Amino acid sequence: MPLIAKDARHRIAFTLNGEDVEGYAEPRMLLVDFLRHELGATGTHVGCEHGVCGACTIRVNGRAARACLMLAVQADGKTLDTVEGLAASDGALSPLQQAFHEKFALQCGFCTPGLLMSLGEVIERNPDPSEQDIRIAISGNICRCTGYQEIIDAALAAAAVLRGETPPSQNKD
Amino acid sequence: MKPAAFDYLRPADLDEALDTLHEAGSDAKVMAGGQSLMPMLNMRLLTPSVIVDISDLEALDRIEAVNGHIEIGAAATQASLGEWPELAAKSPLLAEALPNIGHFQTRNRGTVCGSLAHSDPSSELPLCLATLGGGVVLQSKAGSRTVAASDFQTDMLTTDCGPQEMLVAARFPVAEPGAGYAFAEIARRHGDFAIVALAAMVTGETIRLGVGGVADTPQVREWQGLKGGALDDALNAFAWEMGGSDDVHATARYRREIVRRIGRKVIAEAKDAADR
Amino acid sequence: MAEAEAKPKGKYVGQRVLRRENFPLLKGQGRFVDDLPVSPRTLHAAFVRSPHPHANIKSIDYSEALKQPGVVAVITGEDVAALCDPLIVGFANPINYYGIATDRVRYVGEPVAVVCASDRYKAEDALDYVKVEYEPLPAAVDPVEAAKPEAPIIHPGADSNTVSRRTFIHGEPEEAMQAAKRRSEMTIRYPRNSITPMETYAIIAEYVSDTGGYDVTSNFQGPFSIHPVMAKSLRIPGSKLRHRSPSHSGGSFGSKLVIFPYIVVLCIAARKAGRPVKWIEDRLEHLSASSVAPNRVTKIEAGYDDDGIVSVFRMEHWDDHGAYLRAPMPAPIYRMHGLSTNGYRIGHCQVINNIMITNKCPTGAVRGFGGPQLYFAIERMMHKIAVELGLDPLEVIRRNLISADSFPYRTPAGALLDSGDYQRTIDETLADGKLEELKRHRDEARAQGRLYGIGYAAVVEPSQSNMGYISTLKTGEERERAGPKDGAVASATVSVDPVGSISVVGDSVPQGQGHQTTLAQIVADELGVDIDDVVVNLETDTQKDNWSIASGNYSCRFAPAATSAAHLAAQRVRDKLARIASQGLNVPPDELEFEGGYIRAKANPDNKVPFYRVAGLAHWSPSSLPDGMEAAVRESAHWNAPELTPTTANDEINTSLAYGFGFDYCGIEIDRDTGEVCIDKYVSAHDCGTILNPGLADGQIHGSFAAAVGATLFEEFAYAEDGSFLSGTFADYLVITAPELPKLDLIHPTANPSPYTRLGAKGIAEGNQYSTPVCVANAVADALGREDISTPLTPAKVFEWIHGEEAPPPDTSAKPAKKKRERAIEGQGEAFVPAAPEEVWATLLDPDSLAKVIPGCRELEQTAENAYRATVDMGVGPVRGRFEANVKLSDLRPPQSATLSGDLAGPLGASHGSGTVTLEAAEGGTQVRYDYTVHLTGKVAAVGGRMLDGAARLLIGQFFKALVKQAGGGEK
Repeated sequence: MPLIAKDARHRIAFTLNGEDVEGYAEPRMLLVDFLRHELGATGTHVGCEHGVCGACTIRVNGRAARACLMLAVQADGKTLDTVEGLAASDGALSPLQQAFHEKFALQCGFCTPGLLMSLGEVIERNPDPSEQDIRIAISGNICRCTGYQEIIDAALAAAAVLRGETPPSQNKD
Repeated sequence: MKPAAFDYLRPADLDEALDTLHEAGSDAKVMAGGQSLMPMLNMRLLTPSVIVDISDLEALDRIEAVNGHIEIGAAATQASLGEWPELAAKSPLLAEALPNIGHFQTRNRGTVCGSLAHSDPSSELPLCLATLGGGVVLQSKAGSRTVAASDFQTDMLTTDCGPQEMLVAARFPVAEPGAGYAFAEIARRHGDFAIVALAAMVTGETIRLGVGGVADTPQVREWQGLKGGALDDALNAFAWEMGGSDDVHATARYRREIVRRIGRKVIAEAKDAADR
Repeated sequence: MAEAEAKPKGKYVGQRVLRRENFPLLKGQGRFVDDLPVSPRTLHAAFVRSPHPHANIKSIDYSEALKQPGVVAVITGEDVAALCDPLIVGFANPINYYGIATDRVRYVGEPVAVVCASDRYKAEDALDYVKVEYEPLPAAVDPVEAAKPEAPIIHPGADSNTVSRRTFIHGEPEEAMQAAKRRSEMTIRYPRNSITPMETYAIIAEYVSDTGGYDVTSNFQGPFSIHPVMAKSLRIPGSKLRHRSPSHSGGSFGSKLVIFPYIVVLCIAARKAGRPVKWIEDRLEHLSASSVAPNRVTKIEAGYDDDGIVSVFRMEHWDDHGAYLRAPMPAPIYRMHGLSTNGYRIGHCQVINNIMITNKCPTGAVRGFGGPQLYFAIERMMHKIAVELGLDPLEVIRRNLISADSFPYRTPAGALLDSGDYQRTIDETLADGKLEELKRHRDEARAQGRLYGIGYAAVVEPSQSNMGYISTLKTGEERERAGPKDGAVASATVSVDPVGSISVVGDSVPQGQGHQTTLAQIVADELGVDIDDVVVNLETDTQKDNWSIASGNYSCRFAPAATSAAHLAAQRVRDKLARIASQGLNVPPDELEFEGGYIRAKANPDNKVPFYRVAGLAHWSPSSLPDGMEAAVRESAHWNAPELTPTTANDEINTSLAYGFGFDYCGIEIDRDTGEVCIDKYVSAHDCGTILNPGLADGQIHGSFAAAVGATLFEEFAYAEDGSFLSGTFADYLVITAPELPKLDLIHPTANPSPYTRLGAKGIAEGNQYSTPVCVANAVADALGREDISTPLTPAKVFEWIHGEEAPPPDTSAKPAKKKRERAIEGQGEAFVPAAPEEVWATLLDPDSLAKVIPGCRELEQTAENAYRATVDMGVGPVRGRFEANVKLSDLRPPQSATLSGDLAGPLGASHGSGTVTLEAAEGGTQVRYDYTVHLTGKVAAVGGRMLDGAARLLIGQFFKALVKQAGGGEK
């Protein structure tokens, strides 16, 4: 890629949730802004724009990353996954989404996409995580509503489902 | 909270990157993982005219053990160092320190060399480099040079890397046989900048302790054969010499206390590791 | 309680029904404000904000900003003041507040100008081109200090920063205190914090030129009593201020109440720009300038007997509201007024409320709304009484609690506690939470020399605010003049369409609490239909929906009020459909039941008609309806509780409708080496009446607990003594994350439903905000045997509590830095110059040389004798900025010493400082010694706090290095 000039918009193309997409952006445009406002993929949220809160976490070539700490131009040619790509094409929730649903692991839902994208990688790399593993893994994702407990429960339940185990029984009331 | 405008270059190779630095000098900023740089750009704390993005330069994405060093290229991420199969054997200190750096999502993009080049006083990697007595390779169009950690980090956020130079590799000495290593960090929350980070290396009677987060750069002391009260006195003197500052997270006094108290513990852990 | 047992328990209500809100949110299909489509003409706003805590605005010049690419308009306080009246609060006061500074700035981050441009990036580009000239003023920061006569007055026209002071006497506190056998007193300082929602403020505003009105979409949360405040400020009838809120809002916890000043400013911006204007607040803006809970200083005194029975409380509060009061402030302190004696049988109390103005961010609602501050004082006092008497703190709590047979119970300050059995709640919590085991654990830990403590807290949890309580801050006479204020109306509408599907609309404006689910549960049960046949839409539109002043989501309003309104509306639909069905089934309406999608005779379930047919009749065949019945099926309810009466002549006020009860205890251990407080076990129980959905209720408790632990251990909006703001990023304002959070041992005690709400439900979402900070503080007090405990429990502070003063350094040359919260950076240094003192002196006084010595100096212009104005590019490492600097040399004693002073300002912040330089002849040259004091404020102070001292040291060091070089020292 040759040097691209600050005041011009440049073509950026990548794979988003398995589909080829393209758009135009100035070099300084943040990837999260490009996803949301150029491509209309508003599922990824902006929470702090300094890399602390985790709301904008997406996956870049399979690895979880902050979309506020990447430029749109950096995504060119890469493979990106966002929350919009998690459910099956018929709308069926992924095991992790389903566990979030069943465990009350979301309230306002603003941090949820970042958590889903982070936990997706965590469970892939460590299919049998401990509760402490999950706590550490989501230390870079701030949730203000839930108090994390239900998120941790959901992550452990989803990991169990993905291992082919019967999910832990529903919390008794 | 959006960056000011800049030109952007994703160079095809190192030469193209160095050419650009040669022309642009201090107006250019090299970006690797961007995990320290991007927040500062977003806050407009810095406004370079051109960003040279080396994150995709495969030639720089390497981790290998050569000549008694772990040599880490400028595009190698902290995550890939953590996943390097030889890490625990080759550098128990780095293996212990790495999980303290930010969060896994930032380690996925953040690079080892980027952290060194950024030179935050609280960062773990500059501390490890200084404690282990490693160095960095700086390259410009004019050639390359190797600089020892102690000469590289000149002040907070300030290094010996010239405006036309790029940090292309870091060299962490491989663990010495018979030496023990330990790392400890006191931070408010998991993944936060350290209030104090400590790295210890014990070889026989030699104790080396590195401390980050107190002075403006990592500070390292080496003592011979110190034990008990004499070691406490040395730690106390070290703590006072570094001074430290108050900020919203902790006081200078607290930082000194951590150097004294956790310093002793981390040295004991390193000694235990050496004895194993 | 017979009435309680009569409360409905249905197929859905009371069950763990999964959230109906989840699917779009899980799939990335939410509709938050920033997700909504906007007109392509929409402009994007960015704010110029004050770097100063207190300064006069001498001038604003935005002519250059208007020339920047993409910029369409710049709006200042002058524009807003020309088109608006000040935003009013509930009582007369000297503050003129427009949401943007007019003549003066009063806190770091205060809006000074708005740039509207084609995108946010370009709007931010232009900010640096708005030139604002300030004249800094001394700041008032501490609320008690700010009350003193010598404090700088923040609002000219006021004679004090105490904008309201009222004394309340309930019972005979003076006499009771005299009569009390024992008295104890303590002073509490509660910090500033908030529960920063993940979605920040978001507004889209448009001027409707044909009506002169405004069309606004935002994530405002209510109460809608603020709508008239905005309309009045904008000088339009409320009907012309159309406010809409979308389906989703990313948390609020109170903070989105005080978005309203920005709504007014954005309306004016849209009007001046002639185009819609959108603003998404960024995180730095949110942390410095959105909303916080008031910090408070409380002096509390208790009178009690040898058994620990408390007869009287006297309290004086200094409630710190920052730079401006914004409606409904100072509500938090008054919302808790009725609960000034908590759940204790204390007959007398005196309360003095000082409402303070300081140079800090203005306050707003934060989950807990006045409760954390009050209960911290009361429950610390109960602990202290136990310590004084050598009693178990839990015993002192239990001896004073209101007994189960005294409900409803009127507190001295007027709260009508509706129901509860506090002793039973405690008994159940102790049994389920295994207190005895915890005590044994404490004893074992202490036997090993560890620092372990147990703390308790009992709290009454108010829900659904009386809209009249804020009037309590007025005198009886003023209230008389203003007319009565009371009640809290909740609105809901239930409609059934021609095929029998059901829509519910409400005024609860949720931010994630699961209101759609709960209302669907209630309505489905009432109408005997499947929950999937009920759609709940809680978007709001003030031009189309039912709303009243109490509408919105705050103070645990939903569970008591919004549910009651929906229940009432559904019951009206049911009554109507029963009357219609009664005709065909030949059964009186009250002998029908709604079950499984049918309306049927209770006595003969086979005698039935499908629900949809009955509803359809009301649409398709009005002539078939009973005489006098209206066609279609749409019933609205505006529910209010008669118990919410106005403030009495004696200032007694039933501040809320329903009062739950919470009881917590915890065991904590403190690490002697690090001062870290580890919550080892935390048990919490809340009796909140009928639980409508246990999954949602537990979620509220877990969320509140996490926020409260964060407030206890980590969170504080820190200001230096000079008013600079120090918590500007999420790396400085520390929100709790999963690894730091202890597991909550949540106990579900027997419920005591409220007799005053239709479903018996009380609020639950705020309980741990009240109980947790003081519960943990009591445990720390227990562990350390210490009285003065303040939060957040930072390790550095706790360490000093354990170990006291630091031993002096072994070598006296190393000086400990002065202990300070002030952001004054002090330092000293020295350098040797191989030149005579006279030569060094000449360098200092020569403008050309000085230009070379000042780091990054681009231009230097002499403005007076020994006074200069300079443009400098300076920074640390890669962090650089351009500053305008004024430098002055004074106290000249050639060639021995001089004072250097000055100030500088730029986009990165502002600074002022001074230092002395001493020159002393030494062998072969001059020894130059210097010391300095620098104050920094603005962006770098807010976001770079960790490195400020070092950065100042570095920059000043650069100056003297250059001086040495210029004077002939070279780099030796």
